[in-house]
Amino acid sequence: MIAGYVLPPVLKKMGFPRLIISGFLLLLFIMTPFVDADLPAQITNIINRFSWNGVLVLAMVPMIHSGCGLNFGLPLSIICGLLGATLSIQFGFTGPLSFMMAILIATPFAVLLGGGYGILLNRIKGGEMMIATYVGFSAISFMCMMWLLLPYTSPTMVWGLSGNGLRPTISLDGFYNQVLANFLPIQIGSIVIPTGSLLFFALLAFLMWAFLHTKTGTAMTAVGSNAVFARAAGISVDRVRILSVIMSTWLGAMGILVYQQGFGFIQLYNAPNNMTMPTVSAILIGGASINKASIPNVIIGTILFQGMVTMTPTVINAMIHTDMSEIIRVIVTQGMILYALTRKTEGAK
Amino acid sequence: MTNNSTPLLQMQNIKKDFFGNQVLTDINFTLGAGQVLGLCGENGAGKSTLMKILFGMDVIRETGGYSGDVLLDGQKIQFNTPFDALEAGIGMVHQEFSLIPGFTATENILLNREPQKKNFVSEIFGERLNTLDYKEMDRRSAAAIEKMGVKIDADMTVNNMPVGHKQFTEIARELSKDQLKLLILDEPTAVLTEREAEALLASIRSMAAKGISVIFITHRLHEILSVCDQVVVMRDGYVVRDVPAQETSVSDITKWMVGRDIKGSAAVAESRDHVDAKTILSIQHLWVDMPGEIVRDVNLDVKEGEILGIGGLAGQGKLGIPNGVMGLYEAGGTVTFAGKEIPLNNPRQCLNESLAFVSEDRREVGLLLDESLEWNVAFPAMQIQEKFLKKLLGGCVKWRDEKAIHGVTQKYIDALQIKCTSSKQKAKELSGGNQQKVCLAKAFALEPKFLFVSEPTRGIDVGAKTLVLDALKQFNRDSGVTIVMISSELEELRQTCDRIAIISGGQVAGILPAAASSEEFGMLMVSQVK
Repeated sequence: MIAGYVLPPVLKKMGFPRLIISGFLLLLFIMTPFVDADLPAQITNIINRFSWNGVLVLAMVPMIHSGCGLNFGLPLSIICGLLGATLSIQFGFTGPLSFMMAILIATPFAVLLGGGYGILLNRIKGGEMMIATYVGFSAISFMCMMWLLLPYTSPTMVWGLSGNGLRPTISLDGFYNQVLANFLPIQIGSIVIPTGSLLFFALLAFLMWAFLHTKTGTAMTAVGSNAVFARAAGISVDRVRILSVIMSTWLGAMGILVYQQGFGFIQLYNAPNNMTMPTVSAILIGGASINKASIPNVIIGTILFQGMVTMTPTVINAMIHTDMSEIIRVIVTQGMILYALTRKTEGAK
Repeated sequence: MTNNSTPLLQMQNIKKDFFGNQVLTDINFTLGAGQVLGLCGENGAGKSTLMKILFGMDVIRETGGYSGDVLLDGQKIQFNTPFDALEAGIGMVHQEFSLIPGFTATENILLNREPQKKNFVSEIFGERLNTLDYKEMDRRSAAAIEKMGVKIDADMTVNNMPVGHKQFTEIARELSKDQLKLLILDEPTAVLTEREAEALLASIRSMAAKGISVIFITHRLHEILSVCDQVVVMRDGYVVRDVPAQETSVSDITKWMVGRDIKGSAAVAESRDHVDAKTILSIQHLWVDMPGEIVRDVNLDVKEGEILGIGGLAGQGKLGIPNGVMGLYEAGGTVTFAGKEIPLNNPRQCLNESLAFVSEDRREVGLLLDESLEWNVAFPAMQIQEKFLKKLLGGCVKWRDEKAIHGVTQKYIDALQIKCTSSKQKAKELSGGNQQKVCLAKAFALEPKFLFVSEPTRGIDVGAKTLVLDALKQFNRDSGVTIVMISSELEELRQTCDRIAIISGGQVAGILPAAASSEEFGMLMVSQVK
């Protein structure tokens, strides 16, 4: 069908915001040599950041499909991941095993908290995104207390002097720092490709894609497309939605673990807050709408968003010698979300 | 009554079409000052459209305006907004209340037209900060209530009022406007009890005596006879009769309302007799809480292999029956299908028992507008009967079988002549008629034993109508599927069905063979209107 069209409709299909951001990114690439920035280093950086963030962005997909909207409650999933990570270290696991254990421990938390979160979202159909935002905020605040109060004892994590309460930043050296990235890394010139991280993302993305082709996955998409239709076809809308929230929460937990293994640190307390908006924005830049998202949306969005995040500081700052990058990033992040939310009605028609 | 030489309102050759669908043709009538005109007709006869034209509703202008002239006091008028109409002295009371619940009757009556007093704050900051003159407000609302001739408590807040008083508050609001010359009442008695309706009729008479003209729309025909000077009967966008009320009777009006010309009646389906067939679906004491279509106590037996029609006026509960049985709205009572009782309020259970439902609400319930036709057609069958799925890994993974889905969709696209670019086209891009066919295809793909079809021809053009009805008939004849078809259009039921049940007041008023005369159906339709 698409083959029949000429160029302009293709561009139209690509969407206005993506066009602007791709253009901007392309411009940055072109300018890189002129501002004496190291292009291969930049590319390595983009690939790395893609591998860190891809799974987090993927976590948006199930909830979008089931009509629960953008998962602004991402901090809740991140907290599940953090619990997995800290408990795994607390129990004394090291090396690659600690990553496996973090995944295993995070899973029951994700299922339980995700289930509760799903039940909550079922009670406020139509207002999911706002409630989700506050679920995220409250979860963070609650855990700010808990990180201090929970009886963690592992010396790598607790405050040195008092011996209790977790530190805000915990190094993963000796645990699972780069555990995926160092699996079959590929070096091309000065560009290093973290194959393991990409494969891990690809595996989860494939599973997600496959799920959406199954009977239950089809039901999930239908629930998001028209819940009344789905109900009339005998689908239990509430159950499908809860399933989608659990999936999103679990993927979010995996996402933060992957992020940590790349970044090298566990960040606690208010740190989860900083992940939500960029993640939501990334999938929107990728072309998802409030009730439609696909795996290509995730991939394109993450590349564009992370590309922008890495390129702007080096290129723009070198040009105008002022730190504008943060401002540009914030404008794009929040602007994209704003744009998508105002498009809501159009999508619904 | 005034005896003016120019009548208050003249409608001349009014024509209106919605996107090529002619809904009003050559409407002519006149209304004198202080006269009461009763306007009646079946649903879809064009009454509301005509009133919308008169009241200058936006929807008329947005859909391309109308042709013909509306004359008020001999002057040609063309309202662009309802405000113009209000200005010119036309008031309208709608079926739905537009009142503020927490305000008293007085406050509602004078809303945004309150008499005001200046105070020192408003002297400085302008008149928006004037205080309300409650004494004057009380006086004016009392005058309006007095004019209406029915006593209501002006200080009672609307949420505490019985329905009838809310209706009277609305009327009083219109009456409180000094310039009011013409009042349109759109089914004002639909929600009233017998006694309240009596009071309303009395107040209509007293308004008329004070020189206000009234256009009175109702399905309760005896009310029209008791209060109107003149009766206008509409059908299919034409005025079929315009007679003085004294010269007519309820049975005349019903005949005019539903009756067709001889050509139409000839098309009645070759009615088949299923008396000996066994009862496949039995409904006992069904009640359904569907807003606007409340079913009170329905008892109905459907014979295997027949097409049963369910007709009746809007709001009498005919739509509630399939929605209740299929579990989409809260319901109670007993429904037995093929000897087995079906639990209500559980859509899945009905579908598992091989019942299917094509909803009257195509866009909300019937279709996945944003998805392809393939999804729309195959989805319920996939979810309920596990069709169009490939089992992988020993049945653990139920994979969507795109090829089978494409096949079945293509089959129905061909069979029902669905006009589309391909089976991958999105449902929202199709026209209403083709969307309806997709809904049917969806139900057919389930291969049900029993099919509810609700308003299958709503909002689609004549050509598509015939196709849809023929497809239903063929499905019934070829596959032996029992069909219950619910429709507001009696004629369409008579063309398609073997028997027709008429629902009135949330109950079955009677069941007639399709060949029964229009008058008989008409009498049943209005028999228990509440």
